[in-house]
Amino acid sequence: MAERVEAPRGAAPVMLAVEDLARHFDVSRPLLQRLLAGEGRRSLKAVDGVSFEIPRGTTLSLVGESGCGKSTVARLVVGLYRPTRGRIGFDGRALEQARADAAQRRRMQMIFQDPYASLNPRWRVSDIIAEPIRAFGLAPGAAAQRARVAELLTQVGLSPLDGEKFPHEFSGGQRQRISIARALSSNPEFLVCDEPTSALDVSVQAQILNLMKELQARLGLTYLFISHNLAVVRQVSDQIGVMYLGRLVELAAAETLFTAPRHPYTRALMEAIPDLEMTGRQRIPVGGEVPSPIDPPSGCPFHPRCPLVADRCRAEMPRLLPPRGQAGTVVACHAVEEGRDPPPAPAGADQRIGTTATAL
Amino acid sequence: MPPPVLSVRGLRVEFPTRRGVLTALSDVSFDIAPGEVLGVVGESGAGKSMTGAAIIGLLEPPGRIAGGEIRLQGERIDTLPYDRMRRIRGKRIGAIFQDPLTTLNPLYTVGRQLIETMQTHLSLSDREARQRAIGWLEMVGIPAAAQRVDSYPHEFSGGMRQRVVIALALCAEPILVVADEPTTALDVSIQAQIIALLKRLAREKGTAMMLVTHDMGVIAETADRVAVMYAGRIAEIGPVRAVVKAPKHPYSAGLMASIPPLDRKVAHLAGIEGAMPRLSAIPPGCAFNPRCPHVFDRCRRERPELIETGTTRAACWLYDPASERQAPELLRHG
Repeated sequence: MAERVEAPRGAAPVMLAVEDLARHFDVSRPLLQRLLAGEGRRSLKAVDGVSFEIPRGTTLSLVGESGCGKSTVARLVVGLYRPTRGRIGFDGRALEQARADAAQRRRMQMIFQDPYASLNPRWRVSDIIAEPIRAFGLAPGAAAQRARVAELLTQVGLSPLDGEKFPHEFSGGQRQRISIARALSSNPEFLVCDEPTSALDVSVQAQILNLMKELQARLGLTYLFISHNLAVVRQVSDQIGVMYLGRLVELAAAETLFTAPRHPYTRALMEAIPDLEMTGRQRIPVGGEVPSPIDPPSGCPFHPRCPLVADRCRAEMPRLLPPRGQAGTVVACHAVEEGRDPPPAPAGADQRIGTTATAL
Repeated sequence: MPPPVLSVRGLRVEFPTRRGVLTALSDVSFDIAPGEVLGVVGESGAGKSMTGAAIIGLLEPPGRIAGGEIRLQGERIDTLPYDRMRRIRGKRIGAIFQDPLTTLNPLYTVGRQLIETMQTHLSLSDREARQRAIGWLEMVGIPAAAQRVDSYPHEFSGGMRQRVVIALALCAEPILVVADEPTTALDVSIQAQIIALLKRLAREKGTAMMLVTHDMGVIAETADRVAVMYAGRIAEIGPVRAVVKAPKHPYSAGLMASIPPLDRKVAHLAGIEGAMPRLSAIPPGCAFNPRCPHVFDRCRRERPELIETGTTRAACWLYDPASERQAPELLRHG
């Protein structure tokens, strides 16, 4: 599962390299109960062998349904969890080394999903934003610090006067702007964004996505973007990885993923999104549900729901391989490898062309 | 046209607070015909869930209905005492909420919950009720229903639980179903299954349905008509195709334009500047006027009523022939 994926922009140096990353959680019952029931330890493989690279200045998104491990990857990458296995390289160094060094640590920041929970309600906004500046000693003197906070507030579309207020005085979208200002205050180069717009209304989500794209262009930021919303992901990504039960099932350049999705799960996801087109076409929803990651199916974890399932899929875990004639993409699917899958729809005939998706 | 199952007229909901009375809903009027699905859409705080709660008589205190009326098959239900309303809920109105775990009683098997609901409202023997419970579980797509009927809610996955909730809401054969964000807690692949199920059941049983959601895609696929709500009022109401494809109210238009497209990457997403006002700070005139790209004097002074425009009705002065400004081409023709 440790295939290297060629970055789409060969020229840019790699900001983040993740290789065979895994994180298992111990979900065993208490010792006494285990002994009485005569059962062993149980582990949940939240992430199991994920590899990707993000070139500097680009965005890689991880998408998937709840429980697929995408948020766990985000937490591993910023060092909130320690990996069970695998390597994370940050700008050429091992992550652990980089995290030990404050000068390196300030280069990566995280934006969380819920702007109501991620800001201290008792602190004024200016203090919230100034904390990383103080912690890393980035602006000597109170005046310089104030000026920097004002600059950051302006940068995210708020007024410098807003620094005097408390978080509860702001709407959800404004709070997410404050979170972004705080994340930017240590002059990071790499941001991990875990569902940054999922808690926001759609008209506000558009503002925040625009702001994030604008900041990336202006400051040359690199993003790891986590989302369950494919339409949002299309707007911000250079590469997209689709996760299922702790593994990447497909990793491709963003445009390729949408014009020629290969993995049956990726296709099913795109098929399932309700759209505004109202063509009245009969949607064929993928049957079944995501199985428990504690007890995943044998072979390919998607096989119980897959329309292309064959004997090999039940027995053998597929590896991430480039499908024939599609360099730059890797797909973990026996059917694709054997050429048993229907050909990727040519542009124009794609059943999803002309569709819009939708969560507000 | 058959008489409507549900008829809401001039509904007003207020919340008394220490700092005065907040008006959460005002002037909300709509009908739902038998077998019709009315989508109610809007952003958080627009009042869509509160409209549903007012109809099923479950407003959170201190919220109260301060005006207007709600009629179910012609009978007024907003003034009924709690006990009478309780009989109507379950029997004539079914409710589906976002989180299936809070709707189901964790201590009873799903079969017992279904049987109890049916026996409360329909006269059925134990045997018949159990047979029907299994039948409902089959109908909502639960595999091995005859065995699963004796399972407890925690033994079901999220998608399966929501199916049970749907069976529970429909088993007493209500004439109206109020579904508040029925698919929001579910993943997209499950969401598509649940939407298909709701649509099929409403059609087969001729049940009127009020579908409250923030997801326009769900509305576009399920609803016959849509009401777009903003700051406690209906901004636009009309057939789903007209509202989605050619929205007339500048807020509906902004909402549709904010939805990121799935079929292409755009350089800049068209959002709506600002945010919805809080209930305590709703501006005079049209509540949308501070965010509206077409705002003019009258919008800041007078509150617009719903005005007929094409197939929909929009609460916007641009459509009043007497206004000094008229809707631009783009809005007129979508």
